[in-house]
Amino acid sequence: MKVIVPPGILERMRRHGEETYPHECCGFMLGSAEDGMQRIVEIRSQANERTESRENRFLITPDQFKAAESAARKAGLQLVGIYHSHPDSPARPSEYDRDHAWPWFSYIIVSVKGGKADEANAWQLKEDRSGFEALKLEKGD
Amino acid sequence: MTKVRVEIPTALRAFAGNQDTVELAGETVGELLVELASAYPQMKKHVFDDQGKLRNFVNVYVNDDDIRHLDKEQTRVSARDVISIIPSVAGGSDHSGNGALTQQQVQRYSRHLIMPEVAMEGQQKLRHARVLVVGAGGLGSPVLSYLAAAGVGTLGIVDFDTVDFTNLQRQIIYSTGDVGRPKLEAAADRIRAMNPDVRVELHEDRLTSENALSILRGYDVVVDGTDNYPTRYLVNDACVMLGIPNVYGSIFRFDGQASVFCRENGPCYRCVYPEPPPPGLVPSCAEGGVLGVLPGIIGTIQATEAVKLILGKGSSLSGRLLVLDAMKMHFRELKLKKDPHCPVCGEHPTITELIDYELFCGIRGEEMEAKDLGKEWEISPKALEEKIKAGDDLVILDVRNPEEAQISRIPGSTLIPLGELPERVAELNTADQLIVHCRMGGRSAKAVEFLRSVGFKKVKNLVGGINAWAEEVDKTMARY
Repeated sequence: MKVIVPPGILERMRRHGEETYPHECCGFMLGSAEDGMQRIVEIRSQANERTESRENRFLITPDQFKAAESAARKAGLQLVGIYHSHPDSPARPSEYDRDHAWPWFSYIIVSVKGGKADEANAWQLKEDRSGFEALKLEKGD
Repeated sequence: MTKVRVEIPTALRAFAGNQDTVELAGETVGELLVELASAYPQMKKHVFDDQGKLRNFVNVYVNDDDIRHLDKEQTRVSARDVISIIPSVAGGSDHSGNGALTQQQVQRYSRHLIMPEVAMEGQQKLRHARVLVVGAGGLGSPVLSYLAAAGVGTLGIVDFDTVDFTNLQRQIIYSTGDVGRPKLEAAADRIRAMNPDVRVELHEDRLTSENALSILRGYDVVVDGTDNYPTRYLVNDACVMLGIPNVYGSIFRFDGQASVFCRENGPCYRCVYPEPPPPGLVPSCAEGGVLGVLPGIIGTIQATEAVKLILGKGSSLSGRLLVLDAMKMHFRELKLKKDPHCPVCGEHPTITELIDYELFCGIRGEEMEAKDLGKEWEISPKALEEKIKAGDDLVILDVRNPEEAQISRIPGSTLIPLGELPERVAELNTADQLIVHCRMGGRSAKAVEFLRSVGFKKVKNLVGGINAWAEEVDKTMARY
């Protein structure tokens, strides 16, 4: 599967990760989904609701989820995924990410090294929850 | 059996034939979930863990209520209810920020690490802390230096000034070679040289009602190193609104104060000082001077309080005002109480967004007063020079203090400090052409006003004071 992300949107995710560094940032990705492809149209940054360990954990609450879902519906879009940052850590899912992941969603992870956004990669949980599959991250327009 | 509607989140719809709602039979939430798992077996492992318990990021709502606040899985349902599965989303990197310090960091922080009150846990808290220092001046210098040395991970600085020779007597983060450089640039260089672990965030801006909330947001502690009332009230109000502790310090001549505001149950600056003093009543350090060491004492107290807040150790200065008289070297402590009627942090706040602080503190009022003099009551340094060259008969009246007259003096001037003018006005003659000056033009404007009120008509204020004279006419003269 591939995820199509306009460069401006990817840049905003990277910025968000830099702004919250050394803490993790997080947010929703809104767009459309078809067979084998998700197209990201908009992101909605979220406050990381963790009260501690924000340098390596993030949390989005059900209330935030409901609000984002209704915003997506109003915009004629779907919630298709989640982005978050890994401060001073690689742009690949951790065991904790796997344990907490939802199927079907795409997950974009931005590595932020010393406050500067570095690599970004897209992932999707395998249906048997055994791990993640790397998605092709394509720059749309 | 009752059929109940269950809403399926997008992430799970693929396992339910892409339906957003399914109808299932059951009397309780638990029964419905079991039913869901047997109808759509692929969904099961995403909703339940290996022990068959609901995964902790799967939230089930009956109408608008989380079942955790009802009878959990035993919550009874009827055909009128709508059950929804609402995700919470969690994740994070493997890199626990509590990862080991490098060998060099262990050495650098060893005197912290061996103390039980700090230890590895506290040092990690410092490393992940974000502190904003407003004002990189006399107080900001020791605050930034000690917090950087202590290993505070992120230091934000707000300032828009450049380093000036008059700063060097107390602003120890700057060196002589920094004169003329932006303060932020010079301070950041110094901090990075002291401790490369520190990430410096620069806000090269005057703090205003428009930008304050967005600059302060996200910091754990704010240290107030400002030198004026409008910014002090602005920092206080923004801290209250964002719930960030405000480590306060102020200095004047030989006197200093420190406290911690905006802590839970503790007072804010406004609880203690609801109104600013009338403009002009309390001179600034630029007008009244300050002992260079004093910001070192008060600033290090602020840095200590900031570190304690980050560590969550000890008793902070919240609810206490520490007052220092350095001349007697005497510390006093005043008890401060939260004011339930405080307009910002009280029970019924009337100030809920940032206001115009310059107006609140009457700064503009003061400017207007000075401007009201009008052109015919003013003279520029160049025009004064020409009058002197032309041999006009002039009396130049210096209304500064004698200490200032020792720094610089326009030749032939008469010294009568502003405070003594009313009682010594008889020494002046209304027939003379009088030119009045001070350092910058403010005090002399007041003197001109006073002289006019007692009948002087040939009197003019030297615009910009002796500093402007030094800049435009006598370049050999020192400005201060």
